[in-house]
Amino acid sequence: MEKILEMRNICKSYYGNQVLTNVNLDLFPGEIHSLVGENGSGKSTLMNILFGMPVIQNTGGFEGEIIFEGKPVIIDSPRKAMELGIGMVHQEFMLLPGFTITENIKLNREITKKNFLSRIFGKSLETLDIPRMRKDARKALDTVGMTTLDEWIPVAGLPVAYKQFVEIAREIDKKNLKILVLDEPTAVLSESEVKGFLEVVRFLSKEGIAILFISHRLSEVLEVSDRVTILRDGFVVDHGPISSFNAISIAEKMVGRKVEILELPKRGKNLDETDVIMSINDLHVLMPGEMVKGFDIDIIRGEILGIGGLAGQGKLGIANGIAGLFPSNGSVYFEDEPFQLNNPGFALNKGIVYLSEDRRGVGLLLDESVEINITATAIQAYGEFMKWLLFLKIYDKKAIRQHAIKMIKELDIRCKSPSQPVRRLSGGNQQKVCLARAFTLKPKILFVSEPTRGIDVGAKKLVLDYLVKMNREKGITIVMTSSELAELRSICDRIAIVSEGKPSAILKPTDSDAEFGMAMAGKFQEVIMGER
Amino acid sequence: MNDRTALLKKIDIPTLIIVLFLVGLFVLAFITGVAVPPLIGDSLRRIGMNGVLVLAMVPTIRSGIGPNFGLPIGIIGGLLGALISMQLGLVGFVGFWVAILLAVVFCLPLGLGYSWILEKVRGQEMMVGTYLGYSIVAFMSIMWLLLPFSSPDMVWAIGGKGLRYTLTLNDYFGSVLNDFMKIKIGSFEVPTGLLLFFAGTCVLVYLFFKTRIGLAIDLTGQNEKYAISSGVNTKKARQVAVIFSTVLAGIGIIIYAQSYGFLQLYRAPLYMAFPAVACILIGGASLNRATITNVIVGTTIFQTLLTIALPVLSQVARGDITEVLRMIISNGMILYALSRAPKEAT
Amino acid sequence: MVKIKNILLSNIVPIVFVVLCVSAIIIADIPINFLVVEIITRITRNSFLVLSLLIPVVAGLGLNFGIVLGAMAGQAAMFFAIDWGMSGVTGLIISCLLATVIAILLGFLSGLLLNRAKGKEMITSMILGFFANGVYQLFFLFFIGSIIPFSTKTMLLPDGVGLRNTVDLWGTLEGVLNNIWIIRMGQYGMIRLYMVPLIIIIVLCLFIFFLFKTKLGQDMRAVGQDMYSSEVAGIDVDKVRIIAVILSTVLAAIGQIIYLQDIGTINTYNSHEQVGLFSIAALLVGGATTRKASIWNAIIGVILFHTLFIVAPSAGNKLFGQPQIGEYFREFIAYAVIAFALAMHGLETKKSMAIQKAK
Repeated sequence: MEKILEMRNICKSYYGNQVLTNVNLDLFPGEIHSLVGENGSGKSTLMNILFGMPVIQNTGGFEGEIIFEGKPVIIDSPRKAMELGIGMVHQEFMLLPGFTITENIKLNREITKKNFLSRIFGKSLETLDIPRMRKDARKALDTVGMTTLDEWIPVAGLPVAYKQFVEIAREIDKKNLKILVLDEPTAVLSESEVKGFLEVVRFLSKEGIAILFISHRLSEVLEVSDRVTILRDGFVVDHGPISSFNAISIAEKMVGRKVEILELPKRGKNLDETDVIMSINDLHVLMPGEMVKGFDIDIIRGEILGIGGLAGQGKLGIANGIAGLFPSNGSVYFEDEPFQLNNPGFALNKGIVYLSEDRRGVGLLLDESVEINITATAIQAYGEFMKWLLFLKIYDKKAIRQHAIKMIKELDIRCKSPSQPVRRLSGGNQQKVCLARAFTLKPKILFVSEPTRGIDVGAKKLVLDYLVKMNREKGITIVMTSSELAELRSICDRIAIVSEGKPSAILKPTDSDAEFGMAMAGKFQEVIMGER
Repeated sequence: MNDRTALLKKIDIPTLIIVLFLVGLFVLAFITGVAVPPLIGDSLRRIGMNGVLVLAMVPTIRSGIGPNFGLPIGIIGGLLGALISMQLGLVGFVGFWVAILLAVVFCLPLGLGYSWILEKVRGQEMMVGTYLGYSIVAFMSIMWLLLPFSSPDMVWAIGGKGLRYTLTLNDYFGSVLNDFMKIKIGSFEVPTGLLLFFAGTCVLVYLFFKTRIGLAIDLTGQNEKYAISSGVNTKKARQVAVIFSTVLAGIGIIIYAQSYGFLQLYRAPLYMAFPAVACILIGGASLNRATITNVIVGTTIFQTLLTIALPVLSQVARGDITEVLRMIISNGMILYALSRAPKEAT
Repeated sequence: MVKIKNILLSNIVPIVFVVLCVSAIIIADIPINFLVVEIITRITRNSFLVLSLLIPVVAGLGLNFGIVLGAMAGQAAMFFAIDWGMSGVTGLIISCLLATVIAILLGFLSGLLLNRAKGKEMITSMILGFFANGVYQLFFLFFIGSIIPFSTKTMLLPDGVGLRNTVDLWGTLEGVLNNIWIIRMGQYGMIRLYMVPLIIIIVLCLFIFFLFKTKLGQDMRAVGQDMYSSEVAGIDVDKVRIIAVILSTVLAAIGQIIYLQDIGTINTYNSHEQVGLFSIAALLVGGATTRKASIWNAIIGVILFHTLFIVAPSAGNKLFGQPQIGEYFREFIAYAVIAFALAMHGLETKKSMAIQKAK
């Protein structure tokens, strides 16, 4: 059979960050091909390239070639993709709430008829042929099994599952549809809805439509796909027929990396497992995309605790919740006293410092100088680096400069001067600035999320080494959240794996890959039970 | 050499055009033989006169709200202060300082209310601010007719009710600052007191942004999430910024009026926000970044331009082309700032 | 019960205005006949301008304060038509054609600008109006008669450069449309219906109604709801927005011509200034918002807003003994209703952003 699509050697970078490197993907008519990978592994970028999304063009295009039905094609706009017969159901719904289902299904493909004015002014003034549009919409809805859904009600207020089906109906209605991309279509569906949904997907593939299926739910991937391609950090790490994989091997491949056993410095005195610095019970955090639904753990004074898990399972929500950046509830005790959630100032004053995974969005003032970035929070939260000028207490530039120079040396931040804007620094140096800021706050517990994301190898090592150094020398308790299991296993004392917003296992770094894989796939409990 | 091109790149094209235009005017002034020294003195006076109003833009811009298009709200507070000071029959510096004090007293609650509304309409502050400003000006126009002011200098001669359109400040606190330590060399006058006051306010605002609350405003404007994670109450920071800006506007109009010599009521405050916004933008500010330097540079360039343009251009063109120029330059500058592509998205 | 409450709440602005108008009419004690005559005049005069605002609202650009540009185009066209010796219906048609050409150009340029200022369209179009006013003055105060030839010396200032403050249309374009077909009604035929402008307004309403049944209208509605989704669906968002602005500007130009032929004189430097403000206020009074506006909002808005405009001075006089109070009051109302609508707009945007975030 001839391939319908081939993407060859696709490379793409955003603002100097390489997000895709030599990615190859091919697709046969009528197959269901799953694309899996962590958040930030490059799946969405790859699909955006395939669909000619404006975000790709606006950030300088991409390298590599796309071959469609044997011919190289240039897809520089969604319109172009549609003309070729590529349809996409986006992660966020592309439905207009004020339009009826029919209008949405027929968006920009409306059926029109000529009238008096259109004869003079051209096609754009042709009248919409509503009855025919409704008929088409009806047919498409019936195909996806929504036989009872009225095609002339507004989309606003429909249940999410229905919206999902409307999106698919819209793609099916495109007469030339050859490839359908489903970007995490089941994320918003309940279990029973998923069943019906997968049936529709199978039906479509039988009709000869090639389906690219993106999902975090590995059980669905295993159930429905013919082949699978696994992405990690913008590389294809493995691909092949689904029969050669299982949930654990996929999970391992998605997150796995060779574990470098670092020679970690010894502690002055061993950890006292009864000395709990923070006790988290039944923590719920309302962080979109990373919901925490009842997380418990006791953090031991002086340890490095890792938090791992697949994207979307809630691992990032935990630190965000404790730091007060997203609404949360639960009972948390810090040094045996009740800890106030939803109050960033309280957390800071207790010495709980948080380094966000969203470095550019939360962690930095991009247009401010290195020195202000390092000290602003300390000035704000603790009133440090201040002096009196007559009746005003203002910040002391000299003290700030001195401290900044000290931190720049200590962390080897490569910048022209402490007054250079942070925007111009490389990702690694920006991360070092974040670390400098965090340690300026003299934390008792440091929550650090994805500290090595998007930075080069040398900087990675330096960042991890520095974390260990601060932990060993200053005794700072560190809670590190990371998608890179290898890095967690290289420096943590123990690692909590989060699945579906709850702890699924607490493992030692020396535990086997398989155990980590199972924990991540959320199958730990089941497998253990099965073995028994 | 590289540094110089970098500096040139940093200057906005419209600012460059305006500066070139200004230089051209000076050249034209020499050619046509217009006496420059008195013009410079005049321009200094106008800089001091408008400076504080422009300064009022700094807190809101830095807090991320954007230029304070609701400037008339603070101006109303200032006018109330000045009017009460006049009604009390206070003259000279006493009248001036009482007016300032009262202006601050009125502007605090006005600013509080204004900030409350702006917080509700995050993202639409410029438009809402503009029309809130308009509304309060129209509303106060009614009040000027109804409020029980009774000083014969202030109310209409006929009927004895309702405030006049313009009130002369000569017998009250007109020019008190301008005449304070005035330096006069021939036809060249330096309004020392006025400039000192402006400089003093600039220093105060500068220092304010080095305090904790000032820094909180800065953080809020630059990266709200960073601010929150630094323990800043961002709502309060914006509130302080708006109140501060409103107070500055109130003080600003008193400075303006004492230098101008008249207090203008009714529709006069309606369009006062736009030239002030234009000034700070000409000085190199954008809708979310502004410094004291921007204020001083912008006010200097724009006000000098307007002062020089009138006598010079009247030599070559007919009539009052400066008013038209003012409209084109100030609104053109604001348009440029509005349509500028936002910097790299975070 | 809840339903009734919701209906009342969502129409709070028109309801408040009905109450205001009725009480003002009672206080002012104005003869109903006079009032009816005035209101009908104002409907003929202003509806077209107010209707020109509808398209950009639907296309998601909000209230187009830039219709001032259209008004300028209309005025400019009339100046030149008169200067070329045109009068009567021919003069009016030539004016409209010329105005359309200028308005298309201006609308295109403002469309480009507004596309660069997405999310800030309203403030940008407002400032654009001020800016254009400066250029307009430069043009007609300094260039006409010097750089641009103009032969009708009576319209120029004494030194032959720049237009006079008022241009009288008597004998050229005054009432040209009005006088084609007049129906007299009521006592002594006091109520006069100018049929041609009214018919034109009805035709415009029909056109707008028709427009939103076409492909172009559907694209505008889509873009108005969500630019991103529309673009992904392959709609050329920027182009649709520019077309919407052009249409609005052209309609405003023609609207201004209809307005001025009714008034009979052009205030060269003022006539256009308040067009944006009063048209927008009228539309909002009729119950429109920055995102939703219908033909009915426009018509009801014109009636209510202008009723208040007519009676406010006398009501102010009766209440406080000062007609000025009424004048300032109606000005306050115009500003306040816009401020209110914008605040509601801001509130809604904030809410919808919060909802999107929660998703």
